[in-house]
Amino acid sequence: MTSKTAMRILMAIVALIFLFSWIIKSGSGVSDSTFTNVRDGFLITFAVFLTLSIFSFLYHDNPFYKFAESLYVGISAGYWMCYGFWSTVVGNFVPRASRSLSEFFHVPYQERADHILIYIPIIFGLILLTRLLPRIGWLSRWSLAFIIGTTAGLNLTRYLRSDFISQVSNSFIPLFVDWKGAGDFINHISLAADGQFIAILSNWVIFVGVMCGLVYFFFSKEHKGTFGVASRIGIWILMITFGASFGYTVMGRISLLVGRITFLFGDWLNIL
Amino acid sequence: MKHQIPMLILSAVGTLLVVSVFVPSAQHWGEDATLYFDIIAVFAFFLGGGNLIRVHTEKVSHKSAGWIYSVVTLLGFGIMLVTGLFKIGNPNGIAGDLSKSGSYFQLLFQYVMSPLNSTMYALLAFYVASASYRAFRAKNTEATILLVAAFVILLGRTALGVLLTNWIPAQLSVLQIPNLAIWIMNAPNLAGQRAIMIGISLGVISMSLRLLLGIERTYLGGDS
Repeated sequence: MTSKTAMRILMAIVALIFLFSWIIKSGSGVSDSTFTNVRDGFLITFAVFLTLSIFSFLYHDNPFYKFAESLYVGISAGYWMCYGFWSTVVGNFVPRASRSLSEFFHVPYQERADHILIYIPIIFGLILLTRLLPRIGWLSRWSLAFIIGTTAGLNLTRYLRSDFISQVSNSFIPLFVDWKGAGDFINHISLAADGQFIAILSNWVIFVGVMCGLVYFFFSKEHKGTFGVASRIGIWILMITFGASFGYTVMGRISLLVGRITFLFGDWLNIL
Repeated sequence: MKHQIPMLILSAVGTLLVVSVFVPSAQHWGEDATLYFDIIAVFAFFLGGGNLIRVHTEKVSHKSAGWIYSVVTLLGFGIMLVTGLFKIGNPNGIAGDLSKSGSYFQLLFQYVMSPLNSTMYALLAFYVASASYRAFRAKNTEATILLVAAFVILLGRTALGVLLTNWIPAQLSVLQIPNLAIWIMNAPNLAGQRAIMIGISLGVISMSLRLLLGIERTYLGGDS
């Protein structure tokens, strides 16, 4: 049996299972309308088909995966275009631009003296579309320049204030929390999570960790001697950060996997 | 014309926005610029859509390898676009919320896009597991630290983490895995994040300055 024949047989089996599932799910619908039950039955079955098609990539690349992948690209592009149109163009541009358009789209008109300025991004947006026309495609650089200029102008002050100044400022914290003398500290020393020792240790780790992390990123001086020791501690702190981020990413992916398995065994097969 | 005007636009817009921070009456410029940015970004979506149609229509018309999948992409794109732009099936018509329950756009999102999206990312769980098996071998001190931190964070968020260490007395409660995970997140992880954020902010500031001063010109393309 050639691989082409095997694939055809597999597709026929999948189509049969799809049809069977559609009929079963349509029959078990809770709506009074037959149309709604048949439609929901189809949609649930189709969602299951897509889920299993994506998972089939774990075996190897195959037509089912390619179908789901291609559909994903098309659906996502359409989704974000519609979302952008309704939320930004209709939600933000139309109410500032025209009373009649606002009435057409049923959004409240906002009268402003400088409403003519709202056409600036529309002009730049249209210029951006010249990218699709090779002869005048270079015009799109004007829109790109506007986008980059806005980003650079806003980020220059935003990052300086919220990331640089506030992060540096927040790193200068008390290194002796609730300090009532060495005797009191030694008498009450414990590894309780909410205790004084852990609070002090945390602040030391934060302060020293930030400084050592910055030392590691300083490449204008050779990392040796005391500077090298600080740099090495910086690497360890960064490794803990990467480990924590990795742990969180794994948790996120696993919870998504659990969600899909719950969908397959709960919503589709009604086992869970 | 091809290079000077974009540089002029960039410098003018960027400088105006920096200056607006220091002029109280011009402080709304930042909000306006963000709004303009969002509107232009929507046109970037349109550009992406136009490009997608062009590329896949070419593949279909030339019957290139895998052209049938391009048909699927175009169909998916068209169906989503039509149902979304015309709000087909929306109980409140054109005035209704785009993602109103019962609209075809919402149904397509719920039963097609959402399963595809979450399954794509769920698929990564397997690849992350495979990658971590290879990466998490304690070959040196740094790899061991990374391994231990990730392991504690993973275990600390599960019932097993509580079960394994709930016998540890209150005096040593930081050693209980869930508490240790919280401490790692709040102390060493925070320090590392801060060091990275400070580094990133310095990078962003210097790159912004380079752009505003016209030193950085890579956005103009190869012939600049």
